[in-house]
Amino acid sequence: MIALFQALLLRPLLTAMIALRALRRNKLRSILTALGIIIGVASVVAMVAVGNGARNKIQGEVSALGQNLLLVFAGNKRSAGVNSGLGSAASITLEDAAAVKNEVRDIVAMSPEVWTNAQAIASGRNWSTTISGVAPDYLGVRDWPVSAGAMFTDREVRSAAKVAVIGSKTANELFGAINPIGQTVRLNNIPFVITGQLSSKGAGLGNNNQDDRIVLPYTTVMKRLTGEKSVKLLNIKINDASRMETAQQQITALLRQRHRTPAGEGNDFNILNQKEIADKVANISGIITMMLGAIAGMSLLVGGIGIMNIMLVSVTERTREIGIRMAVGAQGSDILLQFLIEAITLSLLGGGLGVLAGFGIARGIGNVAGFQPVVTAGSVILAFSVSFAIGVFFGFYPARKAAKLDPIDALRYE
Amino acid sequence: MSTPIIQLAATARVYRADGVEVHAVRRVSLEIQQGEFVAIMGSSGSGKSTLMNILGCLDRPTGGEYLLDGVSVSTLSRSQLATLRNRKLGFVFQNFNLLARTTALENVELPMFYRKPLVALSSQRRRAVEALQRVGLGDRLGHRPSQLSGGQQQRIAIARALVNEPELVLADEPTGNLDTRTSIDIMGLFQELNDSGITIVMVTHELDIASYCKRIIVMRDGLVISDAPNPERRQAGPERAKLDEAEQIAKLD
Repeated sequence: MIALFQALLLRPLLTAMIALRALRRNKLRSILTALGIIIGVASVVAMVAVGNGARNKIQGEVSALGQNLLLVFAGNKRSAGVNSGLGSAASITLEDAAAVKNEVRDIVAMSPEVWTNAQAIASGRNWSTTISGVAPDYLGVRDWPVSAGAMFTDREVRSAAKVAVIGSKTANELFGAINPIGQTVRLNNIPFVITGQLSSKGAGLGNNNQDDRIVLPYTTVMKRLTGEKSVKLLNIKINDASRMETAQQQITALLRQRHRTPAGEGNDFNILNQKEIADKVANISGIITMMLGAIAGMSLLVGGIGIMNIMLVSVTERTREIGIRMAVGAQGSDILLQFLIEAITLSLLGGGLGVLAGFGIARGIGNVAGFQPVVTAGSVILAFSVSFAIGVFFGFYPARKAAKLDPIDALRYE
Repeated sequence: MSTPIIQLAATARVYRADGVEVHAVRRVSLEIQQGEFVAIMGSSGSGKSTLMNILGCLDRPTGGEYLLDGVSVSTLSRSQLATLRNRKLGFVFQNFNLLARTTALENVELPMFYRKPLVALSSQRRRAVEALQRVGLGDRLGHRPSQLSGGQQQRIAIARALVNEPELVLADEPTGNLDTRTSIDIMGLFQELNDSGITIVMVTHELDIASYCKRIIVMRDGLVISDAPNPERRQAGPERAKLDEAEQIAKLD
């Protein structure tokens, strides 16, 4: 029992103290040797933290789009190979929208959407912003309540009334501390009465700020601002997550039929559900994570080779010390353990400093990118176990070399 | 009579270098008893160092038999030899072989670190301090080898050799790097230790130094050519007095 305790705990502990002392003697060399591991571990920790933070942010954004959401974008306009993006072709009419709403049973709410940019002028200030034209159901579909005032009504949509609901950022830019409700904002010189203010939703997918917008009835935008006859997007809320796929198929079939798309030809619209959006984003961030992981893995490999190199140098330098230890009774296994623990100590030192550096880097990136990186216990444990494994793997060969020295030759070594 | 500490029976050591056989030790047979103080003499190449390595279990004979304290060494593994060195032998080298940048106390504690089962840490310290006091360095515990004179360093090495209470202390040219006065002091220390019952075997090529021992073995070409008690044994005390006197006279001139 006591012998086991000594073999498993006390002796390695005492040996670790010898190793620490040896490393302290060559402070600069130890730090430089550990640098490879430091960089490797730091990049792993930072990468995982940033990846997690980014995923959390994207998940938040995707779920902020609204529950059970289907988006039907008008087709891409392709002219001479230039893709003008989703919603750029005039392929969805108001009649299409009405047909979709009437014929697909699982739709609980729907809002067409059109958009443009305009210069908004109010109380002597002006601000360039996005103008969205939607139906009152839009707020329900997107889970986006007003924080003050009220949404315009279906009646106001039918009459293309000059009413507006204002995003929180736009309100702040145009009115500052003044309550915007009841105020007038001029778009293209047309005055609109503000009836409500949207709650703040934060940055959206990509870099556009969702809170920087003015929402009008879609009829108003189409008649008074753009003169367009088609809509760019249908926001559709389905009653239940399990019905999403069916609804998606029905909408697709219906729109193909209405557009007389021949079988075998592609859709002239794009239909996306929330899950697909999330999957696409996750896919991209997964690829980036893998690439960064490969880089981190390589720097860990290089760090390990650095440790092996310096341990070989150390074994040569300390040949006589090894000889002395052997002469007074150290067995090969004692010497092996000593140098192995030294290598492991070096790599764990690198791991520890690397975790700290990773924390710092993650925080720095988070500050620049505007989200909260998440350092998980898992990535810290992973970093430490990987450094431990590197120490064992790359320390073993030099340690075995030391253990196999002949005591007579080692004692005579100059 | 009890078992001799060392029994060599036709012990031989042959090296093979580039296909040529070198007979470093040919056929050596001898016994060394408990409490002896033996000098092994010979010029370089006589095989005395090889014999010393075999006696010290650093090397194994290629022929014949070597029994250390009744245990046959030829068939032991590397780790078993290490254990034997740790438990039964103490080494003193010409160039001291202390760990640099390590205190005297820690150097003396080193053999106990490799003793299995481990000696309790507190008694490790006590035994190391006692060993250093025994060689007259009780006040130098925290000094490093580089802060000490050659004689003092050799005393640390002797303390290290004694700390595991070995059956036998092996000294390889222990005074080779020391001046005359310090050499006499070290030989005096060995004589004291021998008087207290410790068996010592020493390799030297200096007759002066060998003359402090009780028995002198002379080697040449890997063979023992003479093995006899030393009738004119010198004592360190009077020798030191003689040296003082001689220096006094030199100063007066």
